[in-house]
Amino acid sequence: MENTSPEQVEQEQTIAIELAGVHKWYDAFHVLKDINLTVQRGERIIICGPSGCGKSTLIRCINRLEVHQRGVIRVDGLELDDNLKHIEQVRRDVGMVFQQFNLFPHLTVLDNCCLALIWVLKKPRKEAEDIALGYLERVKIVDQAYKYPEQLSGGQQQRVAIARSLCMNPSIMLFDEPTSALDPEMIKEVLDVMVDLAQAGMTMICVTHEMGFARTVADRVLFMDSGEIIEENDPENFFSNPQSERTKLFLGQIL
Amino acid sequence: MAVVHTPHPDLPPPMISVGVVGWLRRNLFSTPLNSLFTLGSLYLLYLVVPPMVNWALLDADWAGTSREACSGEGACWVFVRLRFLHFMVGFYPESELWRPVVVFGLAGLLLLYLLLKKLPYKSYVAGFGILVFPFIAFFLFYGGLFGLPVVETHQWGGLMLTLILSTVGMLFAMPLGTLLALGRRSSMAIPRGLSVVFIELWRGVPLITVLFMSSVLLPLFMPEGVRLDKLLRALIGISLFQSAYMAEVIRSGLQSVPHGQYEAADALGLSYWKAMLLIILPQALKNVIPGIVNTFIALFKDTTLVLIIGLFDLLATVQASFTDSKWLGFSAEGYIFAGFVYWLFCFSMSRYSQYLEKKLHTGH
Ligand SMILES: Nc1ncnc2c1ncn2[C@@H]1O[C@H](COP(=O)(O)OP(=O)(O)OP(=O)(O)O)[C@@H](O)[C@H]1O
Ligand SMILES: [Mg+2]
Repeated sequence: MENTSPEQVEQEQTIAIELAGVHKWYDAFHVLKDINLTVQRGERIIICGPSGCGKSTLIRCINRLEVHQRGVIRVDGLELDDNLKHIEQVRRDVGMVFQQFNLFPHLTVLDNCCLALIWVLKKPRKEAEDIALGYLERVKIVDQAYKYPEQLSGGQQQRVAIARSLCMNPSIMLFDEPTSALDPEMIKEVLDVMVDLAQAGMTMICVTHEMGFARTVADRVLFMDSGEIIEENDPENFFSNPQSERTKLFLGQIL
Repeated sequence: MAVVHTPHPDLPPPMISVGVVGWLRRNLFSTPLNSLFTLGSLYLLYLVVPPMVNWALLDADWAGTSREACSGEGACWVFVRLRFLHFMVGFYPESELWRPVVVFGLAGLLLLYLLLKKLPYKSYVAGFGILVFPFIAFFLFYGGLFGLPVVETHQWGGLMLTLILSTVGMLFAMPLGTLLALGRRSSMAIPRGLSVVFIELWRGVPLITVLFMSSVLLPLFMPEGVRLDKLLRALIGISLFQSAYMAEVIRSGLQSVPHGQYEAADALGLSYWKAMLLIILPQALKNVIPGIVNTFIALFKDTTLVLIIGLFDLLATVQASFTDSKWLGFSAEGYIFAGFVYWLFCFSMSRYSQYLEKKLHTGH
C-alpha cells in the first residue's frame, strides 16, 4: 500500500468486509443482484431469507469459494479478483463454518484442528497441538480430541468445526446455517459457543434462522429474497416492525 | 380397561437351530432341492478329490535327482524341486545367486516391518522402501559397480523377473495414475485434455499390443545408435499401460469424496496440492483400495504376457523347461507349481487389502 494516505489506512482498518455492486450468475441464472454491504470490524450480521434466495452464495463469495462476475468485494482491504495471493491471505483471515460440518473424517479431532496450523501457518507440531487444544477447550470438547469425527454427535462435530476455524486466529468468521443440520437438543450447545465468540468481539456474518440468537448477538439483520437484500435493520426493529411485505410474509412463516 | 403387560421370560432357542445339526440343516438341507444339490455336490467331490490328493500328495515322488526317481503313478515333484532355482531366477549365474537372495531377503524384511503392528519410524521405512530400495535392488541385480560383475538383463528371469515387472509397474502406476486422475478432474483445459488423451489411448489398446510396439516399433523410432534395453522397454510399456487403468480407479475414488471436503480445505487456506495430498487423496485412495488391489493383481498376472517378446518370467521359464529332453512329460507339475506361486502372491495381496481397509476404517 504505497500511495494510501493515513486516513485511508485508518478507515480500512475499521472496515472488515465491503461488497459494492456485486452480481453473480450460475450460467444464465442471476443469483446475486447488485449486493451492497459494508461490515465494520467487530460487527455481527445475521442474514436470513427463504430457501434458494442466495444466502449461501453471498457468504461464499466473501472467501471466494464462489466467484462473482461483477462488482467489487474487499476483505481486510484486499480486493478479491484473480490475484491468488489476495485469495490466500483472505482465506487465512476468514474462518468458515458449514451446515454439514465438513470435518475431515480420516483425521482425529485434534489433527483436524492442527492441519492448517502446520501446513498453512507452518507451526511446529507441538505448538500447533497446544493451540488446537486451547480452542477445543474453549468449545468444551477437549476430552474428545483423540476421537474421529464420526464418533461424535452432530453438535460436538460442529463445535470441533468452529474450533478448527478459530485455530487459524481469523478476524472474521462466516457461518452458513451452522445449526440447521442439528437435532434440536444440540442447537443450544453450538449457539452458546457462537454467542461467546460474538461477545469476544469477533466480526461475524451468520446465515441462520435462529431468531433468538439473532436478537441476542446481531448488530444488524439482513433479509434476502431472490438474490437481493430487501431489508436491513437492527434486530429489535427488524422483528417487531418489518417494512416490506416479503419480510412480513417470511417472518410470519418462521416465527 | 387397563392392559397390563407381563414381561415374557427368555426362552432357549429351538434345539435344531444350534449346533452342528442346526448348521447343516440351515445351510445345506433347508429345502428338498437344496438337499439334492448338497448330495450331488458331495458325490462330485468324492469323484474328484481323492484321486487328486492321491496324485498330488500320496503317490507323488519328492526325492531323487533324475526322472528315474519318479514311479509315474503320482506327481513328479522331483522335476520342480530340481528346477526350483531356475524357476526363481531364470538364467541368473549361479555364482552370483547371493545377489537376488539378498534383494528379496531385504524386501521381505521391509514388508514384514511395515506389516507388523506398532513399530516406530514406519513412514521412514516405507519411504526408504519406495524411494531408495529400488536403486539398491537394481544395483545388486545388475552389478557393474564396486567390482560386482555385470549380469545382463537377458539373464534375468523366473519369479525374479515377474516380481521386478510387477513391482516397477506398481511403483510407477500409483503416482502417475494419481496425477492423471487429478489431471482429468482439473478445471484447467490443458492438463485435462492431455490426461484424457493419454488414458483413453492406453486403455484402448491390449497389453500385448503395447508390448509388441515397445519391442518392435519403439527401436525403429529411436535415433541411430541408441539402444534401449528390452526389459526397460517392457517396463515402460507396462508402467504406462497400468497408469491409465490406475488413473480411472483413482478418479472414481476422487469422485467419492464429498464436495464439502474440498470446500473446507479451501476455506482453511490450503493450496491445491496440499488439499489434494492431505485431505482428498487419503480419503479417495482409501475408498478405492479394493479397486487398486484388483488392478495390482491383474497387473501381476498380466506380466506373463512378456513371454511373447522373449522375456522369461516365471511362467515362460516353467514352460521352457518342458522342452528339456530329459524331463519330457511333466508339464502338469510345472503348471501347477506356477499356478500355485501366482495364487500365493495374489491371495496375499487380497488379504492385505482387507486388512488395510479394516485398519483405515475410522467409522464412516
Ligand atoms: N453450483 C450451482 N449451480 C447452479 N445453481 C446453483 C448452484 N448453487 C446454487 N444454485 C442455485 O442458486 C440459488 C441460490 O443458492 P443458495 O445456496 O445460495 O441459496 P440459499 O439461500 O443458501 O438457500 P438455502 O436456505 O436452501 O441454503 C438456488 O436457487 C440454487 O438452486
Ligand atoms: Mg444455503
